[in-house]
Amino acid sequence: MKNPTLHNMKKPRIGSHTIMLMITIVLFIVLYGAGCVMYANKEFGRLQNFLNVLINNAGLLIAACGITCVMLTGGIDISVGSVVAMTCMFMSVGLAEWGMSSGVLIAMILCIGLVFGAVQGYCIAYLEIQPFIVTMAGLFFARGMTAVISKEQVSVPFDSWFGQLSQIKVEMPFQIGAYLNKKGVLMVPYVRITVVVALVMVLITFLMLRYTKFGRSLYAVGGNQQSAALMGLNVKKTKLLSHVLCSFYATLGGLCFCLNTMCGTPTQATGLEMDAISSAVIGGTLLTGGVGNVIGTLFGVMINGTISSLVKFNGKLVASWANIITAILLCFFILLQAIFAKIKERKK
Amino acid sequence: MKNNAVLEMKGICMTFPGVKALDNVDFTLKKGEIRALMGENGAGKSTLIKCLTGVNKFEAGEIYIDGIEGSVVNRDTLDAQKKGISTVYQEINLCPNLSVAENLFIGREPLTKLGTVNRRKMNAQAAQLMKDLELDIDVTRDLEEYSLAMQQMIAIARAVDMECKVLILDEPTSSLDDNEVEKLFGMMRRLKEQGVGIIFVTHFLEQVYAVCDGITVLRNGQLVGEYDIEELPRVKLVAAMMGKDFDDLAAIKQEEIKDFSGEPLEIDAKGLSHAGTIKPFDLEIHKGEVVGLTGLLGSGRSELARVIYGADRNQSGTLKVDGKERRIKNPIDAMGLGMGFLPDDRKAEGIVGDLSVRENIILAMQAKLGPMKKIPMHVQNEIADKYIELLQIKTASRETLIKQLSGGNQQKVILARWLATDPDFLILDEPTRGIDVGTKTEIQKLVVQLAQEGKSLIFISSEIEEMLRVCNKMAVLRDGAKVGEISGNMTQESVLSAIAGGDRNE
Repeated sequence: MKNPTLHNMKKPRIGSHTIMLMITIVLFIVLYGAGCVMYANKEFGRLQNFLNVLINNAGLLIAACGITCVMLTGGIDISVGSVVAMTCMFMSVGLAEWGMSSGVLIAMILCIGLVFGAVQGYCIAYLEIQPFIVTMAGLFFARGMTAVISKEQVSVPFDSWFGQLSQIKVEMPFQIGAYLNKKGVLMVPYVRITVVVALVMVLITFLMLRYTKFGRSLYAVGGNQQSAALMGLNVKKTKLLSHVLCSFYATLGGLCFCLNTMCGTPTQATGLEMDAISSAVIGGTLLTGGVGNVIGTLFGVMINGTISSLVKFNGKLVASWANIITAILLCFFILLQAIFAKIKERKK
Repeated sequence: MKNNAVLEMKGICMTFPGVKALDNVDFTLKKGEIRALMGENGAGKSTLIKCLTGVNKFEAGEIYIDGIEGSVVNRDTLDAQKKGISTVYQEINLCPNLSVAENLFIGREPLTKLGTVNRRKMNAQAAQLMKDLELDIDVTRDLEEYSLAMQQMIAIARAVDMECKVLILDEPTSSLDDNEVEKLFGMMRRLKEQGVGIIFVTHFLEQVYAVCDGITVLRNGQLVGEYDIEELPRVKLVAAMMGKDFDDLAAIKQEEIKDFSGEPLEIDAKGLSHAGTIKPFDLEIHKGEVVGLTGLLGSGRSELARVIYGADRNQSGTLKVDGKERRIKNPIDAMGLGMGFLPDDRKAEGIVGDLSVRENIILAMQAKLGPMKKIPMHVQNEIADKYIELLQIKTASRETLIKQLSGGNQQKVILARWLATDPDFLILDEPTRGIDVGTKTEIQKLVVQLAQEGKSLIFISSEIEEMLRVCNKMAVLRDGAKVGEISGNMTQESVLSAIAGGDRNE
């Protein structure tokens, strides 16, 4: 800052990526605002309802952050939902039937995530197998393992340390959004501990993507793999690590998911990977790689969550309507990206 | 190591499947020397450079670098960079989605105490670097917002900033205009004064003589010789590259000016345009005529051709092909009308890397016939062999994957693809870019021959000499508008002044 001439005085122009992010945020606000107006009598606008969206989607949010990192390199990981299910089942059965301690189980599960990601990443980066195929194998494997551990639904015992975690309410400071319920009791809005974990992970991921060499390598690899290699970046290692990260996030997300459902079933979190991918895309991440960030993904998840919440508040609609609305939004965003790409091409 | 040498390569050997790519090649580069590495396509220039930078693993030979004890083998490009060897490649190898500053510093970003990337410092250093090189660039913007030429300059800036001893410039000028080439040369001379050795690979002979001190010539993977610039005049250089006595390029110059106004029109465009790129233009092309499109880089030469061909849909005007009015919506329509189009970006728009030479040649023919009609294999083989021989495509066999061929030979395959469809009207966009002199002459001869057979052609090239040799008429473009036509007795001066403008009424 000593020498002002060093700095370009031109204001950085708002790029198309920023506009995309803005659109996502505006869309979220519009959706939520519409809910507040439409369901004013049902108190959709209450802060607690907003926080519930976060609580219900904390696991998804973490998983989506991981998938964003993989998508930035131009890759994909469709094993995430199964990994979440496997995590839930392992945790539930571990606590309820094997009598293991919570701490050991959490450590084991996170390690499984690392190994799982490393195997997938190795196949993709070093054996150069298509990520879709590799992670599809991962999807079947994890889903299969879930059923092998137990075919029945198993509940997490509440008296375990892990079970206790699910009971913790983190109340809003200064009683923001507090209200008196019908009995006249002061209700202070709260989030679960999972939300705190998820938001911290979003922050960490955001900083990692923006300010670390590894984070920037993810963008470089996604932008142009060959160039990245010629500029001296280790492309294979970067890809491998992105998958390790993704599966690790999936297991961490799985733990949060488990705290929310408090059980493991062989079929839970089916299709969660698609929710995560669609959240990332709605948040501005390109499937071709190189563009996107987790703030967008955060809003993508919130939009998905708000849609489900709206459908639920309506009461008459079938839950599948949420899928249809998400589909329309996805088309809208992909179209938007295509238009921006065209404009850019035209400018050249 | 010899005195003053900054780099010495001795007895480098390397084999690709079926081809001896390098056979016992020596290469010496002195401090503060700019040395041209010359040779035809497939002579082994790129391979030699890739051996040096660690991209290719060579089988035998030694590399010595000033200041490093013993022989050196680079594991990869990063390793080579650390030892002071930086490279700028023909295709721009940067990441379009990152900012200019990041492209300059990725892999070696300034860090904060926490070990994170210090973006502020990085941007400041990048801005300073751009200022030193007299480039007016906002380093915080994404790279893709700048033109290809600018991106190339940024790639060079990155290499220059690496504290390098040896700078390799592999065809860096093919996307630059004269002004930018001059800037690049300025940069090269400054580096030379600082003692950097520069290896300069180019196909533009005049650039070699403008900036180089020495020339090393390769042919078919073997060293022909290492020369000082004075002892190897242009004709001798070409002879050394081709390995035969060189019949002057001018030999195929048109003897007389032919009048085409009596011939029937093949293409008659009136008021065609494309929003944002091409303003409405008229263009008449007679049967047997070669029309050149000329203008500065970015003046809309390729875009105009794309409008006629339907690759970009025209938004106004009419197009008559062979006397009948036609609406061309997409390239398949154009092909149906007997048109062919050789695009300038052969990597992105031309070759299909994972298909064989034969399949690449058959491609357009098949598209024209439709996907249901199968061309018998023996016919395919015949056609492929015919064009491999006709265009002297250097390939191990017709079933070799095209991506294993050198750039010039890939270009020939794409040319063969269009010739195989037997078009009446062919658009050639920079057909000779990045191609060695010998092949250039062959392609030029072919163009003239095709015209004599009654075919009409549009020929686009950055080299005016070449245009003069093959074109009967030239359309001059400026900022997406056709500003004039020149025909008759065209000279380099008349074309240049038309491009530069001044009298717009010409």
